Amino acid sequence: MEKLVFGYLALAILVSALLVVFSRNAVKAVLWSLVLFLHQAVLFLTLQAEFLAAIQIIVYAGAVLVLFLFVVYLINLREEITWPRFLSAYPLAFLAILFLLALSGAALSGFRPAPPKGILTAGALLAQGHTRILGEHLFREYVLAFEAAGVLLLVAVLGAVVLVRRIREEGR
Amino acid sequence: MIPLQWYLYLALALFAVGLFGFVSRRNVIIVLLCVELMLNAVNIALTALGTALEDVTGHIVVFFVIAVAAAEAAIGLSLVVLIYKRFREVHLDEVKMLKG
Repeated sequence: MEKLVFGYLALAILVSALLVVFSRNAVKAVLWSLVLFLHQAVLFLTLQAEFLAAIQIIVYAGAVLVLFLFVVYLINLREEITWPRFLSAYPLAFLAILFLLALSGAALSGFRPAPPKGILTAGALLAQGHTRILGEHLFREYVLAFEAAGVLLLVAVLGAVVLVRRIREEGR
Repeated sequence: MIPLQWYLYLALALFAVGLFGFVSRRNVIIVLLCVELMLNAVNIALTALGTALEDVTGHIVVFFVIAVAAAEAAIGLSLVVLIYKRFREVHLDEVKMLKG
């Protein structure tokens, strides 16, 4: 049963990723990536990471994709459908990626993980919940990185506003 | 229990699809979407390794990757809007001028 669910999720993720890459219409590509993100949230649930599944849906499906859709609608690309999708060198890119897949697949086949550390065990997950364990470690050991991420988001928002504002002044 | 290897192969395949789109699509918006695809592949690998090693670090790195991806999408898309305003074009092989 578990393997069936994993197989369905993997198939759905890969097919929707291929459809994102191969679809001519940008709106359709964005909507297929929505399908991908929702399936990936369920994949996180199969890994006992419910907090990550929640932020996957909230941040990716709720914020990032809406941003993408806004830009796709802002930029009018009605003739896009009839133009070539790929750069002229795409067979070379395909070849390179095939070799990458072969090499890293061969590397992965001999991969053995380190012994488990025992922080995120099934018992701890049942007793405390994933979010609580993650929060305790986040605000104890990684609090500096957390602050840096907050500053990064602030700078990104200000940068986006400044970038788009300057153009409007030039247009006048 | 699903073996860790399967998750890593899935992450590798998703990363390869995203990388192919990144280097070969013409539309800048879809190129940015392919960056998100690659980040998601890395997130799958990190989450699977974190769960398999029973360590919390992998999951916290996924949290930061998602935060940075949101910032990257905001900046990247505002750059796309800038390119479109200046060149009336969002295709990578049409935007060749370095000094506009």
